[in-house]
Amino acid sequence: MSSLIQGTSFTSEPDARGHFGPFGGRFVPETLVPALDELARRYEEARTDPEFLAEFDRHLQEYVGRPTPLTFAENLTNELGGAKIYLKREDLCHTGAHKINNTIGQILLARKMGKPRIIAETGAGQHGVATATVCAKFGYQCCVYMGAEDVKRQRLNVFRMQLLGAEVRPVESGTKTLKDATNEALRDWVTNVADTHYIIGSVVGPHPYPAMVRDFQSVIGRETRAQMIERTGRLPDVVLACVGGGSNAMGMFHPFVSDESVRLIGVEAAGDGIGTERHAATLSLGRPGVLHGSLTYLLQDVHGQIAEAHSVSAGLDYPGVGPEHSSLKDRGRAEYAAVNDEEALDALQWVSRREGILPALETAHAFAELRKLAPTMSPDQTIVVCFSGRGDKDVEAVAERLGGFQL
Amino acid sequence: MSRLQSCFDALHDRNEAALVVFVTAGDPFPGETWKVIKTIADAGADIIELGIPFSDPLADGPVIQASSMRALEAGVTPPSVLDDVRAARDAGVEVPIVLMGSWNPVMQFGMAEFAAAAASAGADATILTDLSPDEAEEWKVASTAEGLDTIFLIAPTSTQVRMDMVRPLAGGFIYCVSRTGITGMHDNVSNGIADLVENIRTNIPGVPVCVGFGISQPEHVRAVAQVADGAVVGSRIVQQLHETKSLDVLAETVASLKAATKR
Repeated sequence: MSSLIQGTSFTSEPDARGHFGPFGGRFVPETLVPALDELARRYEEARTDPEFLAEFDRHLQEYVGRPTPLTFAENLTNELGGAKIYLKREDLCHTGAHKINNTIGQILLARKMGKPRIIAETGAGQHGVATATVCAKFGYQCCVYMGAEDVKRQRLNVFRMQLLGAEVRPVESGTKTLKDATNEALRDWVTNVADTHYIIGSVVGPHPYPAMVRDFQSVIGRETRAQMIERTGRLPDVVLACVGGGSNAMGMFHPFVSDESVRLIGVEAAGDGIGTERHAATLSLGRPGVLHGSLTYLLQDVHGQIAEAHSVSAGLDYPGVGPEHSSLKDRGRAEYAAVNDEEALDALQWVSRREGILPALETAHAFAELRKLAPTMSPDQTIVVCFSGRGDKDVEAVAERLGGFQL
Repeated sequence: MSRLQSCFDALHDRNEAALVVFVTAGDPFPGETWKVIKTIADAGADIIELGIPFSDPLADGPVIQASSMRALEAGVTPPSVLDDVRAARDAGVEVPIVLMGSWNPVMQFGMAEFAAAAASAGADATILTDLSPDEAEEWKVASTAEGLDTIFLIAPTSTQVRMDMVRPLAGGFIYCVSRTGITGMHDNVSNGIADLVENIRTNIPGVPVCVGFGISQPEHVRAVAQVADGAVVGSRIVQQLHETKSLDVLAETVASLKAATKR
């Protein structure tokens, strides 16, 4: 099965200036604009360059382990008694999550641009690990910005990045989480733009990042679409994915956008609950504004100051979201639900015990929504869940939430 | 004629460059920023940049970031910043006042509403550091309708295409970013600044050019004054004001910087 980027134009979005309807665009200090122009130009060349695509494809197969399997979740299906449930196993990618699809694509671009230094931001550390991994493989100097709070919460991933040869810089400004790590990475980029490429980890940021990261991740949806047709003879009825910045969801949704019979459902983190102040349900409860270079739904106060997001899952703990999700929401093409911390923790244990697969806390949000949705559907219908990452990284955090290990 | 234009005309006649001084609204004296503005103006600054604090500024270094956070914690909002401008005008400040900040607070205020409110408070122009010219057409229209100048940035990385884009939108002055990077203090003025200013003057004729980012000492101002129409000092003033909380020290610093603008 081909995993080429070729033929990813399932929609005409974004336009030449990176707009998805009214969303997206490029809101950055002038110093960065020429670098973004160069990146956009190089990416446009790359996505139609057979040699680049063949190399991307080869690394996805040989190094990442693609195509990832589509697993029929028999036990979940039987228990919920509704639609048949399939899992797209991005947890089986090298490094344990979908993030590496994008970092492979971007490191190949950095090489084309001749930039020897790589920077990245990370929240839970998964994107940081995926970036440190490709930097090790391709011989690049790597600096990862990580909020000081997240450094404390995710010590294991910090050490993992260091083992891979990356420098991890704790960020002490603002709320000391992912949004501040992103600010600091952008400030580094403004300063060192001549020799540095910034590998953004999600479908966020200024044009061309949202479209480029989506295209690198859309291998998920392309494989899924072909696998579902092969296995069931038709398209799925529902595609389900968790949404923080939204890269696994966008990669899964994109090849299905013009298949109008397929419901696309994104699941956000409701933290303590959407009735509280502590959540990360950007699309459900935010309003449009500008953060990190693009116009999109945001959590913010009445004066436009960005609010702090809250979620048990560090990967969903972000007050913005990819601009294309904002567009899909406003056009009514995708739906967005929100599930709280407790539901996600519960779903994590449920999937682990029923299917023997430990999902990441991020992924568990999609399963919490699945539990509500599947029973309302009929056995001749199908749902695919994007199993975006494995949960090993979360074991310590989950144990803490559930009252410690019971030996 | 706009206040900024008259200001540059008068400076030209006196053979001086403009001293542009940046302070964050509400830091360190929330509600009494007009006193800071008046002190700076009375000490000889030609133009004042008043920072509208934002939670997530991309172009600012640690000094102004920290200042913005203090201001936000003290309850500073875009409406309160406009109150500061009005109070400064009421106190007799006549130099141009330029509002500087990020786009989101203006967008949330409402584009046309903000332009009208800023103009009526007595502001002369805006610099919105993350509103690149690619996204600025509507803001240009809204600002022009209220007589506000739109100031854009040109960086060492800016290409011919970028200057062509800024040309029809530019007003007041061009903010020439002296180095790739964020705001903050440096030991020297970056090399190549004369060439960059010359390049801007050729491509965007008729608009004064002020140089900022990394300008903190009288000798930096003196060097910039030889090649540009003005020099912007921000982080040093913000840092000193935070540390000393003294308007007298502020006045002394501004006077020493201003003395360096005479050619």
